[in-house]
Amino acid sequence: MNIGGIVRDGLWENNVVFSQMLALCPTMAVTTTGTNALAMGLATTAVLVVSNALVSMIRNVVSSQVRIPVFVVLIATLVTIVDMAMNAWAHELHKILGLFIALIVVNCAILGRAEAFASKNGVAASALDGLATGLGFTLALTVIGLIRELLGSGTLFAQASLLLGPGFAFLEMRVPEYDGALLMILPPGGFAVLGLLLAARRLFETRRETRRQAVPQVPASAPAA
Amino acid sequence: MSGTERAPAFDALRETLPYQPVLLGAIALLAGTALAWAFDATKVPIAAAEEKDMRLTLAQVLPRGFADNDLLRDVVELDGPKGKVTVHLAKHAGMPVGAVFKTAERGYAGDVTVLMAVDARGTVLGVRVLKHTETPGLGDKIETAKSRWIDGFAGKSLADPAPAKWGVNKDGGVFDAFAGATITPRAVVKAVKGGLDFFAAHRSDILGDKP
Repeated sequence: MNIGGIVRDGLWENNVVFSQMLALCPTMAVTTTGTNALAMGLATTAVLVVSNALVSMIRNVVSSQVRIPVFVVLIATLVTIVDMAMNAWAHELHKILGLFIALIVVNCAILGRAEAFASKNGVAASALDGLATGLGFTLALTVIGLIRELLGSGTLFAQASLLLGPGFAFLEMRVPEYDGALLMILPPGGFAVLGLLLAARRLFETRRETRRQAVPQVPASAPAA
Repeated sequence: MSGTERAPAFDALRETLPYQPVLLGAIALLAGTALAWAFDATKVPIAAAEEKDMRLTLAQVLPRGFADNDLLRDVVELDGPKGKVTVHLAKHAGMPVGAVFKTAERGYAGDVTVLMAVDARGTVLGVRVLKHTETPGLGDKIETAKSRWIDGFAGKSLADPAPAKWGVNKDGGVFDAFAGATITPRAVVKAVKGGLDFFAAHRSDILGDKP
């Protein structure tokens, strides 16, 4: 089991949003504040870990012909349970995120990981893959959410204590004398922030690639020349 | 993962036609059981959370000490213009003194649902927006988190202001329309007016006797 590879893949190399460009619907919809984005990311992560583990557990029993409906039933069940649990024990947050929680069902990243990873790998590796992928998704959502929130409303992690408990009220910050640029909260702001982040990531990756090639290439190309 | 330890007989069975529905059925049965269990475990906490929610909202539209009964228990169902309306009765020392009910009107992007409290003479005690999908930053000034605009309805009735003045100032009414979003406050004003009309029409059903 290649722990480092799985974690790197989920968090960065194969990040659901920044690299695979999957799950853009929830990404655009919930990233109006950092708190909403974080909550959505964590809920998705929980579903991903359990769904990956379950799919991996039954991978030898499931035949290839009916695997998709079986995975869909499993994921839909998990999401419904998460939805009910949040409604019961995190009611305030559920009022904000309620609609989007149900939409985790159609998050193609979850079925994607079940199909591409969990149905071919062991339980522990699959759970780890779910965790890494989920945290990568959470990271992407939270970064986009924080940028949009800061520019759009002039706050950071508003109402974070609703999600994490009163002890986390210190996270909540507000830019004085700034009411925010409405555009960033509206859908165009989401696309703009995502586009700029993708461009930045690409720039970073290209630089890294050239640096990696530049260093070992001198001795490597010498015999060929 | 490896297929080497599995019996070849199972591999063959897995590819047969009857295996597929049996597998899918078994999975569905397990999923259904899990859902039933989760529903049972969360039913009571969800109901409690919703009741607590409703109590908090009721406390916002009614002045403190106005009613001494449990408004969630004293309810009547009446036929409103858009279907059944659940009316919560406010009682003081056993006498009906007012009513709290929901009313809705179409806003800029979907229905704006408000909860309003009315006293026995048909005067608005308080209004709160329960649900809306208006544009953030423009239409959301109807929320108390963003502005106190909604408090402007307290003390108003069908006679004050006059029916022609029941509108936003852009339409010649007395209520402020905030910049950039006229449709949203217009919808709230219309919803409150509709609620007062509904109360006037059903006053005797709600209060149980002539005031």
